[in-house]
This record gives sequence, structure tokens and C-alpha cells, in this order.
Amino acid sequence: MPKQVILGAHFPGVNNTTVWSDPRSGSHIEFESFRRFAQAAERGRFDFLFLAEGLALREQRGHIHDLDVVGRPDTLPVLAALAGVTEHLGLVGTINATFNEPYELARQFATLDLLSQGRAGWNVVTSSDAFTGANFRRGGYLPREQRYARAQSQVTANRHLWDSWGQDAVVADREAGRFTDGPAGEFAYASEFFDIHGTFNTPRPPQGHPVIFQAGDSEDGREFAARTADAIFTGHGSGDDGRAFYRDIKRRLACYGRRPEDLKILPAATFIVGGTDDEAHRISDEVRRQQVSGQTALLILERIWNRDLRDYDPDGPLPDIEPETQPGTLIQGRVQHVKDPAAEVARLRELARDKNLSLREVAIEISARQNFVGSPETIADALIDAVETGVSDGYILVPHITPGGLDDFVDQVVPILTERGALRSEYAEGSTLRDHLALGAARPATDWEAGSAAGQADLSGHESASHDLPSHDLTEQKESA
Amino acid sequence: MTSSLSPIHLAIALDGTGWHPGSWRQPHSRAAEVFSGAYWTDLAREAEHGLVDFVTIEDSFTVQGASPLDPTPVPGGGRLRGRLDASLLASFVATRTEHIGLVPTITTTHTEPFHVSKNLATLDHVSNGRGGWRVQVSGRPGEAEHFGRRRIPGFFDPEASSEEKSARVNELFDEAADVVEVVRQLWDSWEDGAEIRDSATGRFIDRDKLHYIDFEGDFFSVRGPSITPRPPQGQPVVTALGHATIPYELAARGADVLFVTPHDDDSAARILGEVRDAEARVRADETPLLVFADLEVVLDTPEASGAQRLTALDEAAGQEFASDALIVTGSVTELAALIGRWQALGYGGFRLRPAEHAVDLPLITGSLVPLLQEAGAFRTAYDQTTLRDRLGLPLAANRHATAS
Ligand SMILES: Cc1cc2nc3c(=O)[nH]c(=O)nc-3n(C[C@H](O)[C@H](O)[C@H](O)COP(=O)(O)O)c2cc1C
Repeated sequence: MPKQVILGAHFPGVNNTTVWSDPRSGSHIEFESFRRFAQAAERGRFDFLFLAEGLALREQRGHIHDLDVVGRPDTLPVLAALAGVTEHLGLVGTINATFNEPYELARQFATLDLLSQGRAGWNVVTSSDAFTGANFRRGGYLPREQRYARAQSQVTANRHLWDSWGQDAVVADREAGRFTDGPAGEFAYASEFFDIHGTFNTPRPPQGHPVIFQAGDSEDGREFAARTADAIFTGHGSGDDGRAFYRDIKRRLACYGRRPEDLKILPAATFIVGGTDDEAHRISDEVRRQQVSGQTALLILERIWNRDLRDYDPDGPLPDIEPETQPGTLIQGRVQHVKDPAAEVARLRELARDKNLSLREVAIEISARQNFVGSPETIADALIDAVETGVSDGYILVPHITPGGLDDFVDQVVPILTERGALRSEYAEGSTLRDHLALGAARPATDWEAGSAAGQADLSGHESASHDLPSHDLTEQKESA
Repeated sequence: MTSSLSPIHLAIALDGTGWHPGSWRQPHSRAAEVFSGAYWTDLAREAEHGLVDFVTIEDSFTVQGASPLDPTPVPGGGRLRGRLDASLLASFVATRTEHIGLVPTITTTHTEPFHVSKNLATLDHVSNGRGGWRVQVSGRPGEAEHFGRRRIPGFFDPEASSEEKSARVNELFDEAADVVEVVRQLWDSWEDGAEIRDSATGRFIDRDKLHYIDFEGDFFSVRGPSITPRPPQGQPVVTALGHATIPYELAARGADVLFVTPHDDDSAARILGEVRDAEARVRADETPLLVFADLEVVLDTPEASGAQRLTALDEAAGQEFASDALIVTGSVTELAALIGRWQALGYGGFRLRPAEHAVDLPLITGSLVPLLQEAGAFRTAYDQTTLRDRLGLPLAANRHATAS
């Protein structure tokens, strides 16, 4: 019996993965698309559906980016609505830790967990910059170094709020006139970021605490995940890179008194299912061309050059100028992934020379090939193999078509995974998201704080051990400092 | 009642097991289920069964107070305590109803206008144009302590001078007016048809149809545009409850619907006059406010009169019911007569607060509504329309739309 492959379904987001020009591509806004997508995932007995979030529309060259899908409905109301049309599927929402307050967030997630009977998850992200802050009361709040400290405190505050009602606090004994028994909401929490106390007004969520996800790759981000999260959404999804990330994260857990199975590692994965492997690869090439138009190619390269490249011909050669290495405001509202632009440009020039590629062809070439391409058997084998060989604990699938992009996977790959025993054949009765992911019962906030304190005491030893991290993590930290 | 009534609007205000604090102790209250989606689905469907215009859902950032008049939480476990987030509840209920308007309460004091705007826009998307908002201001020090970001002194503080109190009230309502303004501007920050999916140029949107709002006020600034495209109604229905001039002016500045609390025929006439005066002073919108009277209803049943029920409920709560609104005890016929009288004064609608959801809601939908229908004063079927249309509000033109 192979290990279980955890499966998440990422509602396609606002980047060039989505091929919106495809005739099958539907609305990214209408609820009907979300319903259809979620019900496909539930038909495939996925663990959860996943929604991303961006709190400001992306800009490039000082204009709202218009080449990809733009705009999305608000994460939490969509998940609350999906709770109304699904029964088993976990509902995970990305919500920023910087531009929200614990009391409001804790009751929103408690509400989602109550409405869905234990299916809520929170992907805690920290993106914070003056650009995003301009939409909020705080403005450009919090230097980068402090974002995870606030996120840590944010989650801890939420846990205290969820703990403030006993699991059985609501007795609703009409005869005796007792609605609540025992603790029902009293809380106090103070940190560098919050000083709050009073009475919380939403009962304890069925899961105790919703499942906590983390997405973010820096040293601080990884440490935050090891200390606080139940799952990580990551870009490290294949081969040795994935295995290195997996080992690095799982190794960190011991410092906080946690076991490797307490934190699930779930990379994003794109996929193309074909009748045969050859067919899948043909489709894959075509989809990648669709994903990278000439205009998109220029924008992709601008993210590496960090310069305005609009005057270059996508069908001509690569730009002959050198990249800008100082951080600028050319690109806003998007996570910067290029760590050493000069080296990357040199690599691309070599690639273009060797294969005789135009600017657009280079952009297509570097736009990642889909993680899983092949016949249903090939994909099922690859997924099982990845989980068996310590690349990940499962994947969060990102289709390129909305809302039907999951259907081929559900209809063709899922039956094979099920037959091989790597995926449930039905949801267990009354199973929560925590149960789907084989996570233990929620530990109280005070317990997490104690575990963190132990981890902190250990941290000196741990930090020297972490010097063997891939060097780009350290570089990225320096760059942003 | 007379048969010459023109159609009125009806809303049901939902809160816990009903508005009377003794309601949860009554036999069919379903008190143990108030934190479940099924319970709220059933309430909304019952209201929908009665063809009512919309339901409102109460909310706050603190546990329930002793009564609608007294926000101080009652110690001990004898009171219904706790709430689900009203706006998320509304989005959930939207998937299990078809026609009824859904109007959650969201405070303007401790929330982010940007989040509020996209939350309500999403409710409107999820419900295909049935969303609204009951704007609420929070002046309770306890709620401020739950956020730890600002102090709210002097609002309920018995020591504070009346000048301090009214300065404080003014400030909260000025802030609320800014929040409403920003929420509305963000709804308009995407023009309809901004999504073009133009394969020829590779553009998904026409970015000239997206607008920065660049709002700067005394309390906050917001750049925009929203991340969520314009909701189906353009402008979801904005409502507010008011008891005095300042909230009347807030509503006149930014709302479509105002709930007020007259206690008799005289005050009903006087309040309406005050509202129209406030509108004359501050309303920019050409459409007048649609004014609803709020009524607490404790109706006669075959077993007990409304008055007897009220006594029993008071006993269960251990205190006499006190409310900002008129408490109507009696038959549905008497209630219909009151509705007729106040409608004649100029009220466009009535928001009924059932003392007990389990008893008074079915009486409203099963007895009051047929009575009003017979008098020609209430619809006999839903049209396929948005909430705005149903309330007779004009199509919301986008402030940025260029005449084509
Ligand atoms: C796979 C992945 C997905 C992410 N998704 C989101 C998202 O939906 N919304 C968001 O605001 N940030 C998102 N982020 C950004 C992270 O929250 C974080 O702010 C960013 O990665 C910078 O943190 P770091 O320095 O730890 O990498 C994502 C990051 C990763 C790696």
C-alpha cells in the first residue's frame, strides 16, 4: 500500500498559467465557476480546494497588468458559499496576516469552520509593501523583517481566541436556563503587535483550530512554517529540489518538539493529461505557447531584467542591455522570484545562442513545463513516486482552464490513484479537513507557545545547522535588507 | 383594514433565536443549532416562502448585551451568547435560497473599508444581485479593546460630558460616512464590461475601465481599484438603522434604506419629517431614502395572546423586555392595521423583528403576508430581479461610465 497522496485543487489565479483565450475558459468571477470547480474536486475526493489572494491589482510599468486574468472575488465569502454546495471538501483560503486583525479573522475562520462542519483552512501569507498598504488604514505597514513576527503573533492571537470557548461551552439547556457552561469567550493576549482582551463572540470551531497553511520561501518563512503551520504551499515540487526542500523543512520541526508528519509539504503542480504520453507532450507544448504571448514574453523578461522592455520585438533576439540590479517599482504586487538577475540573464543568453531562440521562444522555454505531463498512468505513477521518495506529501493542482480544468484529472487519474490505494475511495463519514490530512487534534495556543519557546532556546544550534541551506535563500534575505 | 393600500416592502430582522432575550428558552427555539448553517438556511427559506424583500442579519464584535437598548454583556451563562459572522453567513445562505435579499450587518468602526467593499461585492456575485449591507457604527469601549488599535472613550461613559459624547458620536458617524463612500467608490472602480478578453491584443481587461479612487479623508486613505469586479447590482443596497439626527444624516448621505423606530402614530409622523429634513440638508442622491419602520413583534397564537407570550418571555429572561423599537403585541390583523396607518404617513416598508423566530416568523409569512396580499398591499410572487429592482431603486449607473 503506497503512502496517501494529498490532493488540493487550486482555483486558477491571476497569472499566465490560465489560458483565458481558450474557448472553454469561463468566468473567474461568477460563483457558478467556483461551484463547478469545487464539485469536480469533491467528485475526485480531493482533500481541499485552495484560493489565493492578492490585495492590490498587479502593476507593471506603472499600469495595471492587463494580459492575464485580473480580478477575483473575496476569498472568505466564496469559501462560505462553497460550504453551502459541498459536503466533504476542505476549504482553504489565503489571507494576509498583515492587513487583518485577530478578532475579526478568528471569527471569520470560526464561522467558516462551523458552516462547513470542520473543513476550514487558512493559508497565512505575509506579503506587505507600501503598494498593497495603500489600500488599507495602516498604509505601507511593517518592514519586511517584521512580517513573519507579526504573522506568528497573528496566528497565536487567533489560537487564543479559538481556545477561549470550551469545546462543549454551548449547552443550550432551556429548562435550566443555561446557554453556556464554563469558559465562553474570555481572552487576553499581548505581544509586540497586539494588545487585546475581552470576550470573543464565536464558539470554538469544530476542528478546534482551522488547518494552518504557509506559503513563502525565505529563511524566516520556513522557520515560521516549522514553528506554526500544519501544511506548506511551496514552489519546490520536483526532483532533487523538492527533496532538498522537504528535508530542510522536516528537519526544522524537531526544534519545536514536532514530528515530521505534523507538517505536510504540498507543492503547486500544473499538469497535462493526454491519451498517451506523446499526446500529452504535444498538448503541453501548445499550452505553453498559449500561456506566453509576445506581450507576456516581454513582461516575463522584464521581471528578470527589471527594466522596461516594451520596445523590443518579441520575435527578435533577447535584449542587449544589462539587467537593473537595484530594486525598483517597475513591478508591483507580485512576489519577486529572481534572485540573481545578472547570472540569470547570462544563462538566458547562452540558451538563446545554443538553441537559436527568439525572445518569445526563450520566455516559453523558461516558463516552467507542467510538472506532470503524460497519460493517466504516467501521472498517477509520478505522483505516487514523488510522495514515496520524499519530494512531497502531495500536490496542489493548478489547472490552466477555469472551471473545467480539473475534469480530466478527476475522471482519468483519480481512478488509478484510488485503485493503487494512494487516494481514499470515499470520504470518511464526518471527516474534517484535519482528518483528511491525518493531522492530530488541534493543540491549544499555550502549548504552541511553549513549543515555540523550546524551539527558540534551541535556535542558536539550529541556525548554525542551517548554513547548508541552498545559497539563494541567504542571498534573497540580504537583497531585501 | 382598507383595501386601498399600495404595495409595501417587508424585511425580517434575524438575530439569534429571535429578538427577545427569553426566546432561546422556548420549546421550539433550536437554540443548540444557532451556530449551524442549517438553522439559518431554514430561517431564510421561511422568510423567502413569505416573499419578503430581504432579511437582515445582526452582528457585532462582542457578545450580546442585555437587550437592544443595553449593550452591556450579561455575566453568567443564562443568555444566548455568540454569533456567526453575518456576512459569511449571508454568502452561505445565498447558495440555498433563490430570491430573498441578504443584508448582513458590518461595522464601519473596526473594519477595513477595502475588505468590506470586496466582501459585499462578493456576496452580491454569489447571490446574483441580492446583496445588501446594514451599516453599523460601534461606540463600545469593549469592542475597541477587542482590536486594541484605538480607544473609544466617552460614548457610553456616564462620566463624560454631553459635549464629549456628541463629539465622539459625530466622529464615529463621520468616519462611517467615509467608509460608505469608499465602499461605494470601490464598487464603481471597475466599470461594467472592463473584462474584454481581446485575443487580438492579448488583453484580458481594458484597463482604462479600471479606476484608482485615491480617497483621502480624515480617518484613512484608500487607493483602489478594488480587486473584485463590479457587483451585479452595481451598488448593493446600503441600509442603516437610526434613532436621531446624526444617523439620519449618515443615511441621507450614503444609504438607500433607513430603518427608524417610531413608538406611536405621532412619533412616526415626526420622525419621517426629521428624516426628510436631513435629506434636504445633506442628500446628494436624487432618489429619496426608502424609510422602513422597525417593529418588535410578539403575535397572538391560538394558544396564547401576544401579551401573554411577552409576559412568559420576560419571565424566561428574568427581566422585562426593553427595546429601541415599538413592541407590538397582538393579532396579525392589528399589526396589518398599524402597517396600513404608517404606510399612509409615507413609510415605504417595515422591518419586523420576530420576538421568537420559531413562532413569529411563521406567523408573519403564513398569516400577515396573506392578509396584506388580500389587501393588494404585498406581492404574490417574486419577480426575477435584483434586490435593488425589488425595492424600486433605480439602476446604479457607474460614476465613471462614459455615455456611449
Ligand atoms: C507557492 C506560493 C504561493 C503564494 N501565494 C500567495 C498568495 O496567494 N497571496 C499572497 O499575498 N502571497 C502569496 N505568496 C507570498 C508569500 O506569502 C510571501 O509573502 C512571499 O513568498 C514572501 O515571503 P518569503 O520571503 O518568505 O518568501 C505565495 C508564496 C508562495 C511560495
